[in-house]
Amino acid sequence: MSVDKETVVKIASLARIAMSDDEAAAMVPELNNILGWVEQLGEVDVTGVEPMTAVIPNEQRLRDDVVDADPLTGGGVRDKVLANAPNAEHGFFAVPKVIE
Amino acid sequence: MSNYRIQGATGEWEVVIGLEVHAQVTSHAKLFSGASTEFGAEPNTQVSLVDAAMPGMLPVPNRECIRQAVRTGMAIEAQINKWSRFDRKNYFYADLPQGYQISQLYHPIVGHGQLLIEADEKAGIPEDKIIGIERIHVEQDAGKLMHDQHPTMSYVDLNRSGVALMEIVSDPDMTSPAEAGAYVRKLRSILRYVGSCDGNMEQGSMRADVNVSVRKVGDPELGTRTETKNVNSVRFVMAVIEGEARRQVDLIEEGGTVVQETRLYDPDKNETRSMRSKEDAHDYRYFPDPDLLPIDLDDAFLEECRASLPELPDAKRARYTGELGMNDYNAAQLTLEVETFARFETLLAETAKLLGKSESKVATQVANWTLSVAPGVVKSLGGEAKLEFATAEAQAAVLKLVDSGEVSGGQSKEIYEIVLKTGRDPAEIADTEGLKQQSDTGAIEAEIDKVIAANQDKVEQYKGGKDKLFGFFVGQTMKAMQGKANPQVVNELLKAKLG
Amino acid sequence: MTNLTDLGVAAIRDGVKAGDFTSREVTEAFNANVAAATDLNAFIVETPEIALQAADLVDADRAAGKDIGIMGGVPIGMKDLFCTRGVQTTAGSHILEGFTPEYESTVSHNLWSAGAVMLGKLNLDQFAMGSSNETSYFGNVINPWKRNDGGNAALAPGGSSGGSSTAVAARLAPAATGTDTGGSIRQPAAFTGITGVKPTYGRCSRWGVVAFASSLDQAGPMARDTRDCAIMLEAMAGFDPKDSTSLDMAVPNWEAALSGDLKGKKVGIPREYRMDGMDAEIEATWEQGKQWLRDAGAEVVDISLPHTKYALPAYYIIAPAEASSNLARYDGLRYGLRELPEGAGLQDMYAATRAEGFGPEVKRRVMIGTYVLSAGFYDAYYTQAQKVRTLISRDFDNAFKECDVILAPTCPSAAFGLGDKSSDPLAMYLNDVFAVPASMAGLPAMSVPAGLNSQGLPLGLQIIGKAFDEQGVMNAGLAIEERANFVAKPERWWA
Ligand SMILES: [Mg+2]
Ligand SMILES: [Zn+2]
Repeated sequence: MSVDKETVVKIASLARIAMSDDEAAAMVPELNNILGWVEQLGEVDVTGVEPMTAVIPNEQRLRDDVVDADPLTGGGVRDKVLANAPNAEHGFFAVPKVIE
Repeated sequence: MSNYRIQGATGEWEVVIGLEVHAQVTSHAKLFSGASTEFGAEPNTQVSLVDAAMPGMLPVPNRECIRQAVRTGMAIEAQINKWSRFDRKNYFYADLPQGYQISQLYHPIVGHGQLLIEADEKAGIPEDKIIGIERIHVEQDAGKLMHDQHPTMSYVDLNRSGVALMEIVSDPDMTSPAEAGAYVRKLRSILRYVGSCDGNMEQGSMRADVNVSVRKVGDPELGTRTETKNVNSVRFVMAVIEGEARRQVDLIEEGGTVVQETRLYDPDKNETRSMRSKEDAHDYRYFPDPDLLPIDLDDAFLEECRASLPELPDAKRARYTGELGMNDYNAAQLTLEVETFARFETLLAETAKLLGKSESKVATQVANWTLSVAPGVVKSLGGEAKLEFATAEAQAAVLKLVDSGEVSGGQSKEIYEIVLKTGRDPAEIADTEGLKQQSDTGAIEAEIDKVIAANQDKVEQYKGGKDKLFGFFVGQTMKAMQGKANPQVVNELLKAKLG
Repeated sequence: MTNLTDLGVAAIRDGVKAGDFTSREVTEAFNANVAAATDLNAFIVETPEIALQAADLVDADRAAGKDIGIMGGVPIGMKDLFCTRGVQTTAGSHILEGFTPEYESTVSHNLWSAGAVMLGKLNLDQFAMGSSNETSYFGNVINPWKRNDGGNAALAPGGSSGGSSTAVAARLAPAATGTDTGGSIRQPAAFTGITGVKPTYGRCSRWGVVAFASSLDQAGPMARDTRDCAIMLEAMAGFDPKDSTSLDMAVPNWEAALSGDLKGKKVGIPREYRMDGMDAEIEATWEQGKQWLRDAGAEVVDISLPHTKYALPAYYIIAPAEASSNLARYDGLRYGLRELPEGAGLQDMYAATRAEGFGPEVKRRVMIGTYVLSAGFYDAYYTQAQKVRTLISRDFDNAFKECDVILAPTCPSAAFGLGDKSSDPLAMYLNDVFAVPASMAGLPAMSVPAGLNSQGLPLGLQIIGKAFDEQGVMNAGLAIEERANFVAKPERWWA
């Protein structure tokens, strides 16, 4: 499988990275080079092999249903949440108007 | 099969409907963070650093959300997947801080289940019907965008961001707006029974994505479907189906084709419109969330989920009509809402205890009281009724007075009125307010003797076979007793005296 | 008085505890070295004042007779991937320039609780993506080592923890935090003649560490010797309920159990790591390593890790895939850079912000990750890579039936020149060929300095251990260290 410029443009759009025509064109051989190389994985016989789900055997712990049990992962911290916002107004994050 | 048909210029069409219902899981904290899920807070006050997707923040699942999804799955007789996991659904939007929604695509926690909708001739559901449920998965809710606060900006509130949802995906088994409406109502009822969702559609706790396609009657192929997002009432769900089916039929008959797309419903105009199409909207690049491990449920957990399930609507109705000997109508009415059956069952238990009778013996009496007598009294009092006085003890005490014959049906309403206004004890009210019927055989006998003496001619006629006259003697006796005699006692005594 | 900046973690801690010097004195000495080393560009933010305040607290605690902690009074550098409350955290990227976290990562919090003192935030490859520290928005870090060829070529310090490796090698800090996704602790340690340990995946919490590839990222210590790493790892590690992948296990006292005596231990030599055209000096060092371990009492055995060849390509599917999703949150909305061209809508804002904020290597990996996850390609790339990952892990399981630890080179070469590989991403990726397999299997591994090559540059040896057996890894590392007697240090040329 190899990518063409059209594919690169589509992927860049999916990834929300603005790209000029030249940049997209330059990326075609780069990506093909890497993709061509990773495709050697196709040689590996994976019959009956499960994809890895947890690198170290470990169980998913489940949290108790308690509000603000840990202040680091609890709510009520609007100032901290908004502290780094490029644009925050009236307690909201502000973004250019969205038309739905 | 429903007989819902759309009449087109080229013939009859039928509609195929599937629903994806998003139900907010009842929990105190969010799915992956400790922030509160309380409705209606100030913007961004119920947002943790995790919900705002600050760099380096990680999700840890809330056990209660998993538990509620499993219990819900059990309630729809679904396959529970002991092994499940979370996937990321990747897309960019201002209400989605992580740039992905943590959801479940490949291994949902609940597999195939089903739900029964009851026949409703009037609504156009000729017979009971089983609707398949493909799956239930658990996922994060998104935040909220506000478009009206500023001329050139939209505002983002992340309070809902990360609240747990169950997405309940039906099979495309419904073929009329009525069936879809019944499905949503039934699902809502089950969720409320289980306690996994409050079912509050106005607050957005339940909303449906409505998938609609049409095809010519008899055509085995499914048509292209559209998905109308976030429809938040049963009425709107039905309206969307009606409108969308009509639109699709007209479109096809005019030579157009239906495009698979996402649409929005405008309740004011009662129409759907295409959402601004995004060409890559359907490439969500799902993959297992590497911040989370697979969920492995053990038997003890599942056992607890099962043991904590309440009696569900279908079973309860069957028990009411069977064991309790109730009629279909009462059983259906009483089992509709959690609050109703809860009130009924509490009163039933209290009444049976107080009367020293079995529940089935008093069920009809308690059902009538719960469905019509008590609500009637409350309604007639309007604002005067203090509902804190409507305890099961007080109501059972009123019912006991009726059962023992001490008070009449009419008197019981008067007594209950006073209870609701003052909180006084029903027996004491009956005594002091003269709201009791006379069961003293001596007093009644004395009046009967007077009535018989004064109406010898009628006695002769009665004895000669004019049975109808019995009612006359009852009426005369009751009148003489100023309406306070126990009619049953009057009947018995009269029968004895008249021979 | 000894030069305080020549001291390591254990010596500083012990000296502060004994009252030989104060933490303030040590911290001032390192602050001075940091200030004089701007040529190396190891730090993005220097925090000398914060360091002195923390040092004073340790000194006060000591004066009050309190326990000063296992890192008591030791100044360290913090890789700028760890969120530090009130101090800018950038991950080496323009997109996070100016971002000041309101929270402290678990690992850095643990270190401060153990008495460590922060000298500043260390430069790194942007979002930890790179093997040479040439992808940082804040400029290249320069390796303090020079070739002995009389030239003055600037060398790469390795990556992505290049600021960390340089700071430790150049005596700007006795130790520094690193993170290792596919070799980012071990490779820079090897390039600069220091020691670096990547613990078992899950030992150190990832909470508050800017994510690159979640299933691979793991923090670890970088210091001048094994003992210092053991001390620092003990301070960093520990169960964190905020991280679902954190290991709920007690943290051993690794320092106390350190022993270079390997009697009864078996060391595996993976046949597949001997690659065609391998650098002769690397091979010789590897041979030397075997001999040292034999001298320490170990038996050396041949083992096979059949899927070694596929670890790197599988890594270059999995890591970019996870990264493409992990980096979606950098959208100009809640923090960091926002690019809002005239008339731009929301989606334009995203695209402009990310175009401006991400460097070329980050974009490349986000693009690859997006592509391999996109509709129609997911199974062929991602699922296949995760299956291969299972096989790689199984290879290690099998190998560890025959040995206790594995010995391999850390890298295929010594430090290369800045710019030598930056035009060829693939050549750069291949630098991690020996480091990536252990990352893919989540295993503990370390790099320990083994000597200098003919150009006078350090070479490292890598030890890979069983899951949870950091002790076995560090004991083997210590055995090498005791025999390699690596005392060389870079000549100070910077000012
Ligand atoms: Mg949907
Ligand atoms: Zn959904």
